[in-house]
Amino acid sequence: MNKLELQKVANEIRKGIITGVYNAKAGHPGGSLSAADIFTYLYFEEMNIDPKDAKKPDRDRFVLSKGHTAPGLYSALAHRGFFPIEDLKTLRKVGSYLQGHPDMKMTPGVDMSSGSLGQGVSAAVGMALSAKISKESYRVYTLLGDGEIQEGQVWEAAMFAGANHLDNLIMIVDNNGLQIDGKVEDVCSPYPIDKKFEAFNFYTIQLEDGNDFDQIRAAFEEAKTVKGKPVVIIAKTVKGKGVSFMENEVSWHGKAPNGEEYEIAMADLEKAGAALCQK
Amino acid sequence: MSEIKKIATRDSYGRTLVELGKKYENLVVLDADLAAATKTCMFRDAFPDRHFNCGIAECNMIGIAAGLAATGKIPFVSSFAMFAAGRAFEQIRNSVGYPHLNVKIAASHAGISVGEDGATHQCNEDIALMRVIPGMVVINPADDIEAKAAVKAAIEYDGPVYLRLGRLAVPVINDRPDYHFEMGKGVVLKEGKDVTMIATGLTVAASLEAAQMLKQDGIDAKVINIHTIKPLDEELVIAAAKETGKVVTVEEHSVIGGLGSAVCECLSEKAPTPVKRIGIYDVYGESGPALELLHKYGLDGEGIYRQTKKFLEK
Repeated sequence: MNKLELQKVANEIRKGIITGVYNAKAGHPGGSLSAADIFTYLYFEEMNIDPKDAKKPDRDRFVLSKGHTAPGLYSALAHRGFFPIEDLKTLRKVGSYLQGHPDMKMTPGVDMSSGSLGQGVSAAVGMALSAKISKESYRVYTLLGDGEIQEGQVWEAAMFAGANHLDNLIMIVDNNGLQIDGKVEDVCSPYPIDKKFEAFNFYTIQLEDGNDFDQIRAAFEEAKTVKGKPVVIIAKTVKGKGVSFMENEVSWHGKAPNGEEYEIAMADLEKAGAALCQK
Repeated sequence: MSEIKKIATRDSYGRTLVELGKKYENLVVLDADLAAATKTCMFRDAFPDRHFNCGIAECNMIGIAAGLAATGKIPFVSSFAMFAAGRAFEQIRNSVGYPHLNVKIAASHAGISVGEDGATHQCNEDIALMRVIPGMVVINPADDIEAKAAVKAAIEYDGPVYLRLGRLAVPVINDRPDYHFEMGKGVVLKEGKDVTMIATGLTVAASLEAAQMLKQDGIDAKVINIHTIKPLDEELVIAAAKETGKVVTVEEHSVIGGLGSAVCECLSEKAPTPVKRIGIYDVYGESGPALELLHKYGLDGEGIYRQTKKFLEK
């Protein structure tokens, strides 16, 4: 897909996020929207996956370590064809296969249950190790939050991945700069993120604009050239990206828009979509 | 008892892993810098490409095991019970239990028989912690024979299993040709009509000793070995309770949340029966030689005899 096509898909995925969270009357739109372009790139361009054969053994794996942004993952999976887009409206409802946090037993295309921060990344490391043990060629991608990396387990996982030269592992840190209680540097600064990963024997890629597909593509292309080391892509993103009143607003980390806000959000996205169609 | 062979269940585990490593190519073993103590070092020496030392990082080790299991491997994960069931509880609950992944957690150094290391390393809470996780199988083998059988049963079972292993060499009591291990099935080791002693782990041998002492007092005790605490063999427990009218549970674990609790939960709902729970009474352990500690905390044959006698005299 070219950049414009990816942008159009990402815009639809953002609509799916807002639709899901609005209907659930709960959920995490901010971090889902910041990572929407990364979800889009992974599921529409980067990963070897097949929605008709969700469990094919040689597929690339994805673990959403920042599991609370499940609305973003679900919207990407639905738009990629893993399940009906209409079902995004069942998010967080009793009996739905779209749980508040990813559930590998219930949702087609979800490779690992996650949501307790710091844990998904270890499972991703285990999957990458597994591929090395049995000499399989799939890659493992995992998306972490910049608040999440305050969890000590992330660094246990990073130490193991670095020490074991897991070059089939690509971690992405969604560096939107905000967590529930405020700016990450005010809550408990994780910076410098790049130097920390370097110290853990990672190959580090700084993605200056993680909402720009040219830069996202360049980062993943570079990541795949690395041998002998795991890779981390530190992606600067905008929390709430694409919805005017949510952008860089910490209050939109984990709440749903009301009816009026929903209309504004969808209007923003319709407008963005229309603009893309003019290109 | 000096002529009876004694083997620590952690040794049985280490040896069985090596045996299974030949048969199961997807068996992978993880340790957290305790391979010499948990005995996964035997597997490491035999299959160095399938043994991974995660360093002193148990939470990550459990997560790695989850990822291995999600991609078709059968990981056996070892550390001390305190750091596996204790420190990594939430990782086991969320990354292994919730997705019901095929991870085997083989935790050694359970209970006060850890000995000299003292209270920080003596885990008397692991059965409670593991038992409460939905879908988790909890096995506490009594001796070498049972531990070997349990490891084999665990690998054949598709789902999470917690195996409780000990540091101390314990008497081999199941060395008989017709020995058969079935997950979830208790074993009647001695028939009796006055009281049922339901024991697990190293207290099974001690309970048999206690039963002999009770016999000298004219008390005929039935002795049951419950190696699988979850799922509990409720049928056997209920039948024995109805048969003898009184039940004593024995475990090297807190009386809160372990075998005693499991038996009481079952009997109070399905066959109310007076139960005495023998175990660690809501306290921490302490340093000392294992056998002296078992004596002090009333978990040797004499201590179990004394406590059972007192219960029956009420």
